[in-house]
Amino acid sequence: MSKDPANTFAAARLGGTAFIMSLGGEILELGGGKSRTRLPYAPHLVGDPDTGVVHGGVITAMLDQTCGIAVASALKEIMPFATLDLRIDYMKPATPHADIFVEAECLKVTHEVAFTRGIAYQTSRDEPIALSTGAFMLIRGDRDAKPGA
Amino acid sequence: MELLKHAAYEKRAPDPAALLAAIPFCRHMGLSAEVTNGELTLLMPFAPILIGNPVLPALHGGAIGAFLETASIAQVIWELGGTALPKPIDITIDYLRTGRVIDSRAKARIAKRGRRVVNVHAELWQEDATKPVASLRGHFLLTNA
Repeated sequence: MSKDPANTFAAARLGGTAFIMSLGGEILELGGGKSRTRLPYAPHLVGDPDTGVVHGGVITAMLDQTCGIAVASALKEIMPFATLDLRIDYMKPATPHADIFVEAECLKVTHEVAFTRGIAYQTSRDEPIALSTGAFMLIRGDRDAKPGA
Repeated sequence: MELLKHAAYEKRAPDPAALLAAIPFCRHMGLSAEVTNGELTLLMPFAPILIGNPVLPALHGGAIGAFLETASIAQVIWELGGTALPKPIDITIDYLRTGRVIDSRAKARIAKRGRRVVNVHAELWQEDATKPVASLRGHFLLTNA
């Protein structure tokens, strides 16, 4: 998908973070500033034992991760970055025992900041369980060389 | 939840530690609760599964978010009781500092209590409570108000 295999490789490695691996999340597609991940339902993800609905923080983590790797795949050079903020709207509870899919897009990369949108859904994108907006701070090596840039 | 119904029946605040122990994902993250002078603080001891960036290394933004959301829910239950968990409507997380690979604590407060919805502010810190690592603002639906 990506025009830059090196960046896609770096982004794919980000997908292997310990926390996301502990959830059971996996990358399905990645490249060109877009990403798609999947999280199979598992008992350890449950946030409400009465209903079996997964914890909201699980959705938060998958949106953060999927947006992050979308940013990595959008960058023209490999550099570290960190989540600056993340806003999530929970549209409806996730249905228990069904996979969760997350898609994210990096909409814009400036010198300092990358802007993202994400969506989490189960059966169809038309019925989202959550939407996210997030900004990521890019940590460029030349930051000191260009004050105020 | 059964333990919330028991507490409501006995007209007492639910035990936050028992609440966290009853939620599988909170057990997965290793969360626990401390009550000091009537104030609730949540603890997330460092564990390797919480890492998001192995190079720095740093805690995962999602682990930080999940912890703050749990602190918010626990505070609402602790203060307002109720027989079912409040549901998140929307949350905004600001990441202020790198989450280092050490223990974290979080405390939440109800900024506004409405009839159906509460507005909650929460903060996560590590060694110094005056230097928050992340903060959360969110709305939660009271499902049995």
